[in-house]
Amino acid sequence: MFVVIAIIIGVASLIGGYIAIHHEDLSVAIIASGLVSLFASILFLLLAAPDVAMTEAAIGSGLTTLIFFYVLNKIRQRND
Amino acid sequence: MDTNILEIIGGSIAIAGSIFLLLGSIGLYRMPDAYNRIQAGTKASTLGTILSLLGLFFIFPSWFGKFMVLILFVLITNPVSSHVLARAAYHIMVPLTKLTQVDKWKERREIDESRKAHLRKVKIQKEGE
Amino acid sequence: MVNILIIIAISITLLSIAVSMLRFILGPSPVDRVIAFDVMSVSSIALIAFISVVSKRVIYMDVALVYGILGFLGVIVVARYLEKGM
Repeated sequence: MFVVIAIIIGVASLIGGYIAIHHEDLSVAIIASGLVSLFASILFLLLAAPDVAMTEAAIGSGLTTLIFFYVLNKIRQRND
Repeated sequence: MDTNILEIIGGSIAIAGSIFLLLGSIGLYRMPDAYNRIQAGTKASTLGTILSLLGLFFIFPSWFGKFMVLILFVLITNPVSSHVLARAAYHIMVPLTKLTQVDKWKERREIDESRKAHLRKVKIQKEGE
Repeated sequence: MVNILIIIAISITLLSIAVSMLRFILGPSPVDRVIAFDVMSVSSIALIAFISVVSKRVIYMDVALVYGILGFLGVIVVARYLEKGM
């Protein structure tokens, strides 16, 4: 049962990683990397590690997205 | 026997919630416009998540607190995020679909412009007098 | 009996995540991708709740709570960035 969930979530995570590398718009790439982090959190949960899943969701999805968009905004303001 | 019936009722409500989640995703795929996608996706997924958590509450009644906190949280945050996202989409001028009949914000902006022009004219006339 | 019902619900939720992943791949503007991200994170909350009921551990629900907070924060940050800058 959990193997099927892990396969589907893993394939979705792979597609998200491909978009994060190969898309030309930087904001879409950052959203895709946050998506990969959210799916990795479900995979950690399936491996019975809720603490690691919590940390991954907090750091990977929240803090990384926030810092990346802050820096992107700084770059946009400097270019204007 | 009694708990068994409760569990079956809870499982049926959870399946209804997941069907609502699936309907929201299908709406997200088929709608022609970013605003319609926001509408379909967010509202259906809010109802689906609330129904799923309510069904699981029938199965494990002792986990009352966490289910209630999650339901309240989804109920508060999901409409807020959809509203903020639609506002941002209108600001960066994501195109509306061809089938759009009414654009209230644009009409309102035109009315405001004409009122400002009229007030400016009246002020100039008063200063002239 | 109840496990079969929960397993059916888990498979329908996984199907919904796959369909919204399709919109994430196709979506023409960043707003479409953000809304697909939001729908996927809300579906994942339901998926985590189902997993926690199947494996009978209450500690997994905390992960769903953190998930909800972080998905909301991400959507708000992206919308602020798209509108005018942080």
